[in-house]
Amino acid sequence: MPPPETMRAVALPKKTERGSTNMTFVVNCARGALIAIALMGASAVMAADMPVSIDNFVFTPAEAQVSVGTTVVWTNNDDIPHTVVDADHKYKSSALDTGDKFSHTFTEPGTFEYFCSLHPHMTGKIIVK
Amino acid sequence: MTHDAHDHEEGATRRKVLECMTWAGTGILWTLAGGIPRSTGLIGEAKAEDSKAFSFLQLSDSHIGFDKPANPNANGTLMEAIGKVNALPAKPSFMIHTGDISHLSKPAEFDTADQIIGQSRLDVHYVPGEHDVLDDDRKIYLDRYGKGAKGAGWYSFDAGGAHFVGLVNVVDLKGGGMGNLGADQLAWLQADLASRTASTPIIVFAHIPLWTIYPEWGWGTQDSEQALGMLKKFGSVTVLNGHIHQVMQKVEGNVAFHTARSTAFPQPAPGSAPSPGPMKVEDSKLRTVLGIRQVNFMPGAERLAVIDTPLAG
Repeated sequence: MPPPETMRAVALPKKTERGSTNMTFVVNCARGALIAIALMGASAVMAADMPVSIDNFVFTPAEAQVSVGTTVVWTNNDDIPHTVVDADHKYKSSALDTGDKFSHTFTEPGTFEYFCSLHPHMTGKIIVK
Repeated sequence: MTHDAHDHEEGATRRKVLECMTWAGTGILWTLAGGIPRSTGLIGEAKAEDSKAFSFLQLSDSHIGFDKPANPNANGTLMEAIGKVNALPAKPSFMIHTGDISHLSKPAEFDTADQIIGQSRLDVHYVPGEHDVLDDDRKIYLDRYGKGAKGAGWYSFDAGGAHFVGLVNVVDLKGGGMGNLGADQLAWLQADLASRTASTPIIVFAHIPLWTIYPEWGWGTQDSEQALGMLKKFGSVTVLNGHIHQVMQKVEGNVAFHTARSTAFPQPAPGSAPSPGPMKVEDSKLRTVLGIRQVNFMPGAERLAVIDTPLAG
């Protein structure tokens, strides 16, 4: 299936930084454009995923620098559930039990602080450039 | 009045914080007379001073649904705790549960907890822990335990001549902070306490400690000072919390703070481990760090005994 015009329009601004277009991305764009991107989560990424692990009630790295379009994937390795909640409540995960993951794609530049709503002394920051 | 003068004098000499902490092993019987704590011995030696004493129980942190190495059988240890309750020689008037009934707020976990705790045939007054309100609108908890409660589940009632206040400090938590009561609840508390006389014994219970134990682990409540300020006029205030899965006490003026053991798993002493997560102890030791709490007092006598009993040992 040849990629329709809509895909090109969506993909172009992001593609320049990466050089080549991910095939999954092409297919998904062709199917559903923006909605699909929003729903893809970690399965189709435009940059390498940025992992953040949760160990011993700490987000590691506590501060991550990523480029626009990066999907950050949090993994809870603790025996206790945690959440990932944006400080401005723009996004929030459900409770992540041991081994559960949560992804969020950062589509705009800026500094985004987040915390665990169960243990709010746990905080982290994503700097998107 | 001689009695008042005596209390005042004693209180003044106790301005400095008294702290007593026990993290494991045998519990300690604390007797409070006029707000002044006196440790009267290990619980093995403790006897109810008067069989007519009004008593109630505190259960905490059942974490039904937890199945990790620190205790793969949280159902079993809760059953053992209820077994202890049922074996008490004098039936307590009721039970309070200071939260984290469930591990993940799942209806099936609450069902199991209700089924096990129900075997005590005691009325239970609950406040939520953060593990009980994981759904956005806290509906699962409130539908089940919040009948007649205000806001996120706070309420008060009178029993045995004392005034009991159940507070919620596990919702609307702010990044970088600790437990939180919030303006609405504080306003309610002020109104609730306004009509009580200073001689009424007050018992406040909430999940997260209402005194700052260890902010690095979030073990405290951001705006508890405001609540404690409202309690200053009362001669006898007892604050019962959970959350930290270990027994700690602190006495400041006429306020005695106590945290309770969990029935599910222990947590480390503040700062003694990389995190406050579940602490794995030897299987043979587990039941020595889990337990229940009984609180006795004689109406009018301003005496209150807090007895922490481990499941074993």
